[in-house]
Amino acid sequence: MADGPVLELQGVSKSFGAVQALDGVDLEVREGEVMALVGDNGAGKSTLIKCVAGIHTIDAGEIRFDGEPVQVSGPKDAAALGIEVVYQDLALCDNLDVVQNMYLGRERLGPLRRLDELAMEQTARETLKGLAVTTLKSVRQTVAGLSGGQRQSVAVAKAVMWNSRVVILDEPTAALGVAQTRQVLDLVKRLGQQGLAVVIVSHNLSDVFEVADRITVLRLGKDVATLRVADTNQQQVVEAITSDAPADRRAGIEVAPA
Amino acid sequence: MSTVVEPSPGQPAALEAETLSDAVRARLRGLRGGELGSLPILLGLLVIVIVFQSLNENFLSPSNFVNLMVQMAGLTTIAMGIVFVLLLGEIDLSVGYVSGVAGVSVALLLFQDGGELPGPVGIAIALVIGAAIGFLHGMIITKVGVPSFVVTLAGLLAWNGVVLLLMAGKGTVIVQDELVIGIANSFLPEMLGWIVILGAVGLYGALQLLGLRARARAGLPTPPPVLLALRVAALAAIAVVVVWFAYENRGIPYVAVLIVLLLVCLSYVANRTRFGRHVYAIGGNQEAAQRAGINVDRVKVSVFMIAGTMAALGGIIFASRLRSVDTAAGGGDILLNSIAAAVIGGTSLFGGRGHVKSALLGALIIASIANGMGLLGLSAGAKFVVTGVVLLAAVTVDAVSRRGRASSGRA
Repeated sequence: MADGPVLELQGVSKSFGAVQALDGVDLEVREGEVMALVGDNGAGKSTLIKCVAGIHTIDAGEIRFDGEPVQVSGPKDAAALGIEVVYQDLALCDNLDVVQNMYLGRERLGPLRRLDELAMEQTARETLKGLAVTTLKSVRQTVAGLSGGQRQSVAVAKAVMWNSRVVILDEPTAALGVAQTRQVLDLVKRLGQQGLAVVIVSHNLSDVFEVADRITVLRLGKDVATLRVADTNQQQVVEAITSDAPADRRAGIEVAPA
Repeated sequence: MSTVVEPSPGQPAALEAETLSDAVRARLRGLRGGELGSLPILLGLLVIVIVFQSLNENFLSPSNFVNLMVQMAGLTTIAMGIVFVLLLGEIDLSVGYVSGVAGVSVALLLFQDGGELPGPVGIAIALVIGAAIGFLHGMIITKVGVPSFVVTLAGLLAWNGVVLLLMAGKGTVIVQDELVIGIANSFLPEMLGWIVILGAVGLYGALQLLGLRARARAGLPTPPPVLLALRVAALAAIAVVVVWFAYENRGIPYVAVLIVLLLVCLSYVANRTRFGRHVYAIGGNQEAAQRAGINVDRVKVSVFMIAGTMAALGGIIFASRLRSVDTAAGGGDILLNSIAAAVIGGTSLFGGRGHVKSALLGALIIASIANGMGLLGLSAGAKFVVTGVVLLAAVTVDAVSRRGRASSGRA
């Protein structure tokens, strides 16, 4: 798999009754690459994520992982492949502490089926340290007491702790202030540098241009453009997001599949 | 990042604190932030003791203390099951009459007419009945999607009906099995009482120490050993006073040992097992639990089975204490008192917050009030009014401290 994409979508379609949410979408993301997924509301970004995460099953097309076609029919399938999703609402339990949240549903057990708190706490600390998340005073404080940026960091750390290879972030900076957004964007960059394949969904183009290597634009369920950040500008991306003209499909510079 | 981070509340803070003064400071900060812990309950108990002792000097007598232990046992048991249901953010209104069904079943199964079953078998059957009722409720709640409030409200009516049907034409049935009667009416020999209680405290201390050393070996922050020593010493002091006081009269009833055993086992289940962690998670954020791959339905059904089983055990304890069951078994204030006990003890009605020990502390408060007012010869009406006021006070304390937590960013 050396150079090929880790995750590859080909002609993925999904409809809900009469609504065609996704229509033949192609997408690929490589190790160490940050791919941004942008598009207007209703463009199909969330549906696409949920298809990859196994929450929706696709009607047509193919999902390939390491070049092999795979069936993702549930969140556990996705996790087994090494695909982790960080949802917009974070899916953390406010009443549990940081370690408990990071291991939720995958707790480590010791003798007598007792929770192995020590091992969990150590690994959680190491993971947070590895991501340079240093603002947490204690990994044993409840998530309710954390700031938005800290919560996002915990959610991301939870996702990367499982030897995951693809991390999908849904609007990670949507509800954050300036300083916290910075914290999360730095984290996203570090994920890419650590060799993970990252897909980031965002409305905020300046964020996208800061962290992403490539941008895929969705409009009305179709992927209308795939642009290399180095070769494009915000103007071009905005046009791709909003333009009605079908002529600009694949506007800008297309990246040939490997 | 510039956000000021408040240190974590309550116990987690103590875990991070390296010295005693740090721990004390963290605790005080927690109190100001609305993490009251067991403090209101202890203050409440103090007030109760002072008021009733000044009105009737028999309140703090050994014989009344032994009475209190027996009186609160059934309530505590049922409330422990309720704690699990409340942790999920659900409710079980049927536990009163489920306890009635179990108590009546035990009395009838063990009725000495030549065809009676051995005592342990009768008890086991009653417990299985309780678990099966919980399973039925849980399945309807999860698979059909009817709210637990409605399902168990229907259960309240239906199981009351079953009690009446089982007791049809009987009036009162005397419990004749020695084992069942012995639960609440037999007492440990004094030596055994000391060994059991002090052994339990010693075991607790040893486990705490081992846990502390394992943390230190793993290079994790450890709470100050002084704090641990103080906690164990306080527990030992309470244990010594309780045992000494009890043996000034009849002693420690077997049912008290049963309660301690249940407290230890269920606390282990709630705090040290995957199942318990998932119960808290579902109560905190069901959506998150689902996405984490937790089988929410299975956890919920299991919790209602726990509530049913504990209710059945409570019913057996009631039958044992009264040495008989009648058509009113499981009725009266059992249901509301057991829910009130869990809530007064500090378990939130909104899910995700609480401890098994809340049941014990809350039941202690409620039983003390009932006991004290009984000594004063006050009417049932006065008893209800006072219990109601205490419940309201407890929930108010919770609501106000919740506001405190919200304003310091820990909603």
